Amino acid sequence: MSFEWIQIPYALLTLLIVFVYGVFMTTIIRKMGARAGGRYGIRLYQTFVDLAKNYALRSHISHGIMFYLGPVFRLTGGVGLILFVPTIYGSVMHQNFAFAGDLVLALYFVFFGTLGMALGAGESGHPYSAVGITRGLSQMTAAELPFVLAVFAVSLQYQTLSITEIVAAQQGGFLSWTLFTNPIAVVAAMIGFLGTMMRSPFDVFLAPQEIPIGPPTEFHSAYLALMQTNRILFPIAKIVIYMNLFFGGATNWPVFFLKVFLIYLVSALVGVVFPRFRVEQSIRFFLIWGLPLGILSILIV
Amino acid sequence: MKDEKYTPLPRRPIGLDREELKKRTVTAPDGQTFEVDPIRDYYCQDAPKAHQRSYIKIVEDFFNWCRAESLWILGYGTGCGAIEMRPLMTPRFDAYRYGIQWRPTPRQANLLMISGYLSVKTLKRAIRSYEQMQNPKYVVGLGSCTINGGMYWDSYNTIKKLDEYLPVDLYIAGCMPRPEALLAGFEDLKKIIKAGGGEGANKYAENFEWYKANQKSVIKDWDMPDYNW
Amino acid sequence: MRALYDRLKDRFQLGELTRQRPDLGFVTVGRDHLRALLVELKDVEGFTHLVLFTAVDWLEDGQFQLTYLLNNRATAQDLGVRLMIPREGASMDTIHDLWPTAETYQRELYEMFGIDFPGSPRVDEDFILEGWTDLPPNRRDFDTKEYSEATFAERAGRESHDPRDHMKQKLYPDGE
Repeated sequence: MSFEWIQIPYALLTLLIVFVYGVFMTTIIRKMGARAGGRYGIRLYQTFVDLAKNYALRSHISHGIMFYLGPVFRLTGGVGLILFVPTIYGSVMHQNFAFAGDLVLALYFVFFGTLGMALGAGESGHPYSAVGITRGLSQMTAAELPFVLAVFAVSLQYQTLSITEIVAAQQGGFLSWTLFTNPIAVVAAMIGFLGTMMRSPFDVFLAPQEIPIGPPTEFHSAYLALMQTNRILFPIAKIVIYMNLFFGGATNWPVFFLKVFLIYLVSALVGVVFPRFRVEQSIRFFLIWGLPLGILSILIV
Repeated sequence: MKDEKYTPLPRRPIGLDREELKKRTVTAPDGQTFEVDPIRDYYCQDAPKAHQRSYIKIVEDFFNWCRAESLWILGYGTGCGAIEMRPLMTPRFDAYRYGIQWRPTPRQANLLMISGYLSVKTLKRAIRSYEQMQNPKYVVGLGSCTINGGMYWDSYNTIKKLDEYLPVDLYIAGCMPRPEALLAGFEDLKKIIKAGGGEGANKYAENFEWYKANQKSVIKDWDMPDYNW
Repeated sequence: MRALYDRLKDRFQLGELTRQRPDLGFVTVGRDHLRALLVELKDVEGFTHLVLFTAVDWLEDGQFQLTYLLNNRATAQDLGVRLMIPREGASMDTIHDLWPTAETYQRELYEMFGIDFPGSPRVDEDFILEGWTDLPPNRRDFDTKEYSEATFAERAGRESHDPRDHMKQKLYPDGE
């Protein structure tokens, strides 16, 4: 695929749209959680205000270079994911920097932020950060396994590593989606999805009520704001991958918004219903249910 | 009336005389020896500095509005008032709809609620928590105990006037104030911040010597550096 | 409770049994017999739980009263063992080897009353009051109001009312 300069502003436009959409969706999902608990919930613009306030705080304390780079890496993971994955299929503007092997790169970006975060949180020197990172990384690794296996299954099924081609193969009605052509891979991937969305029941390592509050204990003001920005972008970026791989992709923005919202809703619904699992419980869950399903999906293909 | 017959029992050294805070030489597992000075090595000694506002008024106003609408409370309760703060999270009062949220770590919080009486021991922790918070930060004193001692006015171990030790932005009277009073207090605090009055952190930095002298006159067991950021 | 008392009375030279409730009684004992009595109660009579260990300051008599409150889970009975020690140079044998929790109580008594427990671990460490330099605050000759006024800054304008007179004035302004 040839590179053209006009792709850069287009990609940034995509980023902006995704960001604004992400802010409101995060707020709405939080409101849904609150409504499920009988509360009114936060205001619609609250996430914007929190972000602006954190960027506007006057004092910052650094614990070293990696402490700066941790949130930056984290944000790079989210932004990079969006930039290198075709957001809207068949659109010149929102094709972004998709290329032939982008699936591998996307898989890398999914994990990249967590690793950067681990380095940054380790540098902060707070014991809670270290504990949180250890717990978080072990759980994330377990949750990634079914997802990665499912992705392998899908790429074997379509004989390509390009997300665009995978989406292209799924065009033409519901029944050509991977959801129906390879349901086992989708189930395995959705189990991994629940694990990596950092929502209940698999968010014990950064839950405020547990070891407070896990990896981001020492992060504050602008560092925290960077991570919040990532918390807004990253789920969407990940959902875009899922949508492209398993749910037929999106050919225009309304379909994109709807599909992303519905996929996010899966995670939110599960989170509202189930209480948190402990780390060893969730790892066991992923290894017992997710892993065999992932292997099965590869075998079937 | 002092008992002349009483001879004090021996106590372990306190404050900076503690054994674990002394400068010492440590031998690492690989045979290397190096000096450790806990007070200097583990903390930053720099005094706080006052931070300037933005030069453009409209920007500062916007920031103040954001700060007021996004109050993050440090989840730290000192007295009976801690029990009155919890209902604010529940469906009945639901402070989240006013932009008030709880954070478990002082680094991310902007608002320190002193929820009730402060014993000398707790005061030390409260000061440390306050100093770890990021500028701009606000302090709200709850209940009559923080105002003038309340029912602990003659107690040997509780402070009676919070603003001697920390820069208080707002007091909410009552014993204890009910959650409704807290919500009203938050609205008042928002007005103060929006008007540009929430400069407690700068006040603390400017009058640092005075605050420290007051704190040290009460906290005899001072086992930390003067400023813990 | 009475049967228990009769069994132990002569061996440990117990004082009178005061029965507060059917399941709660108090006995006094001399210092020489205390340890033997506690061991007997713990190992033979089933009073395995140390509920409370505290002191009372009898300033006028120049004595501290120590109270060891023990609980027997099987029979749901509480027995308090009382002991008087002289106030001056107050010191008592440690029982932290019988009940590890006693260590904490002894630290508290050391700090709040100034009663020494030689051999009790960490007894000279700060317990609640950090860096206390004055008289132990739970001694009755310690004037807490005077100390508070001398130590802590006060806000002017505080009024104190005698609760009885104030309530009478507020609720029944016309008099009775």
